[in-house]
Amino acid sequence: MARHVIAPVDELPPGTRKFLEIEGRPIAVFNIKGEYFGLMNRCPHQGAALCEGPLIGLAQSSDPGEIEYTKLGEIIRCPWHGWEFDVRTGQSYCDPRRFRVKAYPAHVEPGTSVVKGPYVAETIPVRVESDYVVVEL
Amino acid sequence: MNVQFRESTEAASPLTVKTAIADCDIHPARATRTELYPYLAKRWQHHLEVYGIHAYQGMMEGPPYPKAQPNASRRDAYPPEGGPQGSSLSFMQEQLLDPNNVQLGVLNPLNTGQGIRNHELSAALCSAINDWQIDKWTSKDKRLKASIVVSNEDALSAAAEIRERAGDKNFVQVLLLSRNVEPLGQRRYWPIYQAAEEAGLPIGVHAFGFGGNPITPSGWPSYYIEEMVGHSQCQQSALASLVLEGVFERFPKLKMVMIEAGFGWAPSLAWRLDKVWQRLRSEVPHVKRPPSEYIREQVWWTTQPMEDPERREDLLDVIKWIGWDRLLFATDYPHWDYDEPSRVLPAGVSEANRDAFYLGNARALYGIIA
Ligand code: FES
Repeated sequence: MARHVIAPVDELPPGTRKFLEIEGRPIAVFNIKGEYFGLMNRCPHQGAALCEGPLIGLAQSSDPGEIEYTKLGEIIRCPWHGWEFDVRTGQSYCDPRRFRVKAYPAHVEPGTSVVKGPYVAETIPVRVESDYVVVEL
Repeated sequence: MNVQFRESTEAASPLTVKTAIADCDIHPARATRTELYPYLAKRWQHHLEVYGIHAYQGMMEGPPYPKAQPNASRRDAYPPEGGPQGSSLSFMQEQLLDPNNVQLGVLNPLNTGQGIRNHELSAALCSAINDWQIDKWTSKDKRLKASIVVSNEDALSAAAEIRERAGDKNFVQVLLLSRNVEPLGQRRYWPIYQAAEEAGLPIGVHAFGFGGNPITPSGWPSYYIEEMVGHSQCQQSALASLVLEGVFERFPKLKMVMIEAGFGWAPSLAWRLDKVWQRLRSEVPHVKRPPSEYIREQVWWTTQPMEDPERREDLLDVIKWIGWDRLLFATDYPHWDYDEPSRVLPAGVSEANRDAFYLGNARALYGIIA
């Protein structure tokens, strides 16, 4: 599994996302409240650029009239037909059995370890004293 | 190993040239509220500023959207130069026509002037939108063809608009909506059918319209999702009315296109009609043949939305009943329920049927030579 440095941490503050192409695959990396998540940016339904949709919460109901709205900002809603996926796992909420989006682990590494490798960061100048968001695929 | 930053948001371009297709339901939008003014007499510009538009239906003053997505449209379809989705020709070319190799695109403008209570204003707006379709779209891109928008509640002015546009190669059909003041087979609409038949133009019946009736036969529903499926119920009653009032009998050369209301329901509606007609035939003696015969001879169907059964073969069975020569592929661009051309047909369809489905049927129906 190759590790890719995708940005210095201060370029990806909470609530933002970054679109990239790594090894020919369209990927989006999200910073959600300080945690990082990578997702394949292609909807398993009809192929829209999934991660261009809004981040919403998860509406669930145990009974008609009872509505619970949780996971605020953690559900990505496809910009075309609105299918919902959990950014943390890629799980689909309309048909979890058949559909999921590929999730790629993302996290922060200090410059010291990034510079040593095995990281790939050809387009980002990497300095030891900084922290970087790293995605694995 | 390269890490590339993708600043642009556009989807990856296709690797191969895709097969040519027709897209029989594209919705062009106006970039600004006043974009039609150059095509409207001063009198109507003033009228709109002072009195606005009054529909038959209440609850029209607030925006009827967002419904599911902003402007009921794909979020990635906002033109880079601003304006609502579907309002830019260059962006439509870049996002829809070029990458999908669309050879024929049929424009169906909505919310334009049909079905409003002031019939003179309605006629003026419809005529304006037709001029606008030529100016902004069909004259600038020969792949695009327009639908003649008509003031559907005023059949005489609608027929006059059709006659005026007849023979103009910018137009390939007449556009009606499924939700009208009365069911579409009623006599009040017949002048429209007569003019369309004379002009040799199919009538497209698009879902929507604001005739004042609830979307479901049992009243106003609570949820948008009920409205979405209500379109097929609405289209079914429109089609039953067209058959039973004798429209197809009276206008045997008339061709109808059912747009954006699905088609999985077609066989069951036809079977039910045939069965009841056998028993109640004497009530409607002007319906001389089993209803299904008129439907199969005079009705075409656009594909978006396609039913999506768990067993994909079930869909093929329905299509078999309807006929592979009757379906017209449509994306519904830029609306949010857009269908991606490469993802809609199940495997196992013969090449001849695929070609008919994606392009041949539309070319034949709309008289567009390759
Ligand atoms: S393409 Fe994403 S929901 Fe259809």
